[in-house]
Amino acid sequence: MPNEAKIEEPPAIETIPVKVDGREITVPKLTPDWQGKLVPTTVLQACKHAGIEIPHYCYHPKLPVAGNCRMCLVHVGMPGRPGPDGKPPMNEDGSLKIDPMVLPYERGTPKGVIGCATNLIPGMEIYATSPETKEMREAVLESLLINHPLDCTICDQAGECKLQEYSVEHGQAESQFAEQKVHKPKAVDLGPRIMLDAERCVLCTRCIRFSTDIAGDDALGIVNRGSYNSIATFPGAPFDNNYTLNTADICPVGALTSKDFRFQMRVWFLKETNSLCTGCATGCNTVIGSRENKMYRQEPRENDAVNGPWMCDSGRLDYKWIGSEKRLSKLNGATDWTTILTEITTNLEKAAITSVAIIASARQTNEELFLLKKLADKFEAITDSVPRNGEGDHLLVNADKNPNSNGARLIGIAGETLGANLPAIAEGIENGTIRSLIVFGEDVTQHGISESLLEKLDLLIVSDIFANATTARAHYLLPGCAYAEKRGTFTNVKGQVQKFMKALDAPGNARAEWEFLHEIVENVTGQNGFSTTEGLFNQMAGEVDAFRGKGLNWAALGDDGVTVEI
Amino acid sequence: MAIKVQRVKLSLWERLFIPTLWNGFKVTLSHFLSFKKSKVYEDKNKDNKFKATLSYPEELWAVPPGFRGAPYLVSDQDAATKCVSCQLCEFVCPPKAIRITPPGETGNTTHREGVEKMPKEFEIDMLRCIFCGYCEEVCPEEAIYLAKDYYEGYDEKMMRRDYALTGSNREEMVFNKDKLLERGGTHHDRIKKWEKKTADAKAQEMFPVRDKSKKKRE
Ligand code: SF4
Ligand code: SF4
Ligand code: SF4
Ligand code: SF4
Ligand code: FES
Repeated sequence: MPNEAKIEEPPAIETIPVKVDGREITVPKLTPDWQGKLVPTTVLQACKHAGIEIPHYCYHPKLPVAGNCRMCLVHVGMPGRPGPDGKPPMNEDGSLKIDPMVLPYERGTPKGVIGCATNLIPGMEIYATSPETKEMREAVLESLLINHPLDCTICDQAGECKLQEYSVEHGQAESQFAEQKVHKPKAVDLGPRIMLDAERCVLCTRCIRFSTDIAGDDALGIVNRGSYNSIATFPGAPFDNNYTLNTADICPVGALTSKDFRFQMRVWFLKETNSLCTGCATGCNTVIGSRENKMYRQEPRENDAVNGPWMCDSGRLDYKWIGSEKRLSKLNGATDWTTILTEITTNLEKAAITSVAIIASARQTNEELFLLKKLADKFEAITDSVPRNGEGDHLLVNADKNPNSNGARLIGIAGETLGANLPAIAEGIENGTIRSLIVFGEDVTQHGISESLLEKLDLLIVSDIFANATTARAHYLLPGCAYAEKRGTFTNVKGQVQKFMKALDAPGNARAEWEFLHEIVENVTGQNGFSTTEGLFNQMAGEVDAFRGKGLNWAALGDDGVTVEI
Repeated sequence: MAIKVQRVKLSLWERLFIPTLWNGFKVTLSHFLSFKKSKVYEDKNKDNKFKATLSYPEELWAVPPGFRGAPYLVSDQDAATKCVSCQLCEFVCPPKAIRITPPGETGNTTHREGVEKMPKEFEIDMLRCIFCGYCEEVCPEEAIYLAKDYYEGYDEKMMRRDYALTGSNREEMVFNKDKLLERGGTHHDRIKKWEKKTADAKAQEMFPVRDKSKKKRE
C-alpha cells in the first residue's frame, strides 16, 4: 500500500545526537510535519534514520499526530532531572548520566514512550529492539486482538494488513483470551464507496483525521464507549466526499474497504504497475493492480510534487472502460497493419503542403503529440486539440480534464487556449483548402466539425479506442490503446513531466499510438525516429525547447518525474 | 543465446527404425516368456491363485496407504459450502490447477448466514493437479480435502473418485464447483466457526447490522 511517506531531509542542518540500540547517530533536530512545518524530530523518525522501523498504526507522516494506538511504544533512556545545583546527574567521567525509564510508582518496571509523539532529547538512548520494548509491543498487540474477529480468510486487507504483519513480527502465537469477544457491526454501509467492518477497526483515527484535516469533510467520528468504540458517520449523513477511498488506503487494517474492490481479488495475485491517473490535469501518480490482463484497482502512489499520498475517488474509479467489450480492436480500411500503414503513407505523400490538418487529443502522451507535430511540420499543417473543462476543487482535482494539455502546448500542437484553431479547420474543410484530416482520440463532430464536413474530405485518418461519429466516417481507422496498455509521459498542470508504464495488453489488433505513428512519420518525413519509447522521449527532449532546457531523458524522469517551465 | 544442438547423422539402417522397434519388443517378449519361471512369480503364486491382470472396473485396485487421493470441496453438516473463497489454495497450488472466481462486488452469493463470502465458481483442472495435498493443508476453513475412499451414500458400484477420474475431453476434466461439492460430500465440522460467531453476535444484538437511524447502545 503506497501510504507510507518517506521522511524528507529538512534544509536545516542542525542535528541532535541520539543512541539507537547502542549505536551513536546524529539526526536532524527538526523534521517537516504533515503540513510541511518544521517540528522537533520524534523518536520514531530517529529510529527510521537509524534504519529501524518502529511498528505504528495511528502515525502517518501526512496526518496530524494523534498518539492513540500505543503500537509505537519503545523503551528509552533519559538524562536525569537537574539536581539542586541545576545540573543533571553526571557520570564520573563527566558525561551525562542516562537512566532507562521506569514507572515512578513501580521502580522495577520499565516505562515506554510512544515513539510517534515523543520529541528527541539530546543524549537520549532508544532501546528499539530490547526485550523490554518487545514485551511492550506484544502486550499492545494482544490487547488490540482481544476483540478482533480474525476474519483474514474473507478480509480484503489480508496480505497488506498491518495487524497481520505486526502479529507475525512482534506478536504472540496464541491468544490468552478465553472470554467471549465483543461483537460490533459488520458490513456497514458508510457511504457510496466505503464499507466499514467495525470489528476489525483498531481505532487509530487515521480515517477521521484524513476526512477532517485533509478532505475538509468532518464526516467521521467515534461513537460508544470502551470496547464498544466504533467509527461512525452522523445519522443520515453518508460519507460521500470525493476522497473517501483514501481512508481505505490508510486504514492499517481491513475495517474500511473499497466497495469497488471488495471481494474482487486477493491482493497477493495483483501485479503492480506504476501509472498515472488520466482523470484531470493534476496527473496523480498511481499503482495499477492487475491480474491476467484484467485491471482490478488503482491506488495513489506517493509523489510529494504532485498528489502526496492521495488521489480523488472519481479518478481512481475511472478505469472500468479499459476492459470494455466495446473497445475498438479491428482495423478499418485494410485488414492488417502493414497494408494500412503503407496505404496511409502513399495517400499522405500525395497530399499537398497546407492541405492537411491534425486534431490531436490532450489525452495523448507527449511522445505521440511530438510525432504528430513532426507530421504537421512536414505539411505545414494547422493543428489543435480539444479542451475539456469541468470543476476543480481545493485539494487535487483540476478544472482541466485533459491529462496532457500542457504537453500539447509545449510541443506546439495547441496554442494557449486549446481548441482556438478548430473553427479555422472547419472553415478550411468547408472551403476546400483542407483536403486531409488526421484525428486522434477525439470525436470532432462534437467540437464544431460536423459529419457533413467530414464527408467532404479526401482523406480522413482516425485513431481512437471507442467507436463514435468520427470513427464511423474514417477512411482509415487505427485502433489505439488506453493509458494502462502503453508507456509514455504526460506533462501535468504544473509542468511535471512524468511517465507511466504498461500494465495490460491491448485488445485484438489495437496498437500503441506511438508505435504506428512513428512508422508513419518515418515513412512520410524520412526522418530517423526511434523505435522505443525511451529513445523517442530522449529525441523529443532534445528537440522541444521546454524539455531541452531541463536536459531531460527517460531514465532521469525516475518514478516521480521532473518539473519543466510552462 | 540459444544453443544449437548438433544432430547425429543417422544411417539408413538406423533410419528404418524397425530394427530398433524389434529390439525393444525382444526385451518385452523375453520378460513375458520368462515371467512364469521367475522368482517374483513364484513368490506371488504361492497359493496358485495369482492373476497378473485386474478385471477393472468390477474389480477395484487396492490403493496403497501412501496415496493421497484427489481434491474435492466439502460441505458441512448443514449442507453449506465451507469454502469462503480466500484463494489460498489457488495461490499455493504448485501446478496452478485451481481457479477461483471470487464473488465480486455484490458479495452476496453465500447461502450461509454470517459468512460474507463464498466462491462464485471454483474449478480444479484434474489433468493439471498433481495430487500433492497442499490445498488441503493450506485451507484455513477445512473446506477442501483429498478424498481417497468411498464417502457415505456414495454408490459403491460407481468408479472411485480418488483415482478413477475420467472424461472424454479436456474440458470435462476441469471439475467445476458443483461437481467438486457433489463428490466432496459432507465434512462434520465440530467447530463451526462462522455459525458460532453469528450466534454470539446475535446474542449481543449485533447481527444483522443494526439500523443506523435507531438509537445506539445505551
Ligand atoms: S484486518 Fe487484518 S488481521 Fe483483521 S481480519 Fe483483516 S486481514 Fe485479518
Ligand atoms: S477504520 Fe481504519 S483508519 Fe479508521 S480508525 Fe479504524 S482502523 Fe483506523
Ligand atoms: S492437490 Fe496439489 S496440485 Fe491438486 S489442486 Fe490441490 S494443491 Fe493443486
Ligand atoms: S478451499 Fe479453502 S483455501 Fe481454497 S479458497 Fe476455499 S477456503 Fe480458501
Ligand atoms: S503510532 Fe504512536 S501511538 Fe499510534
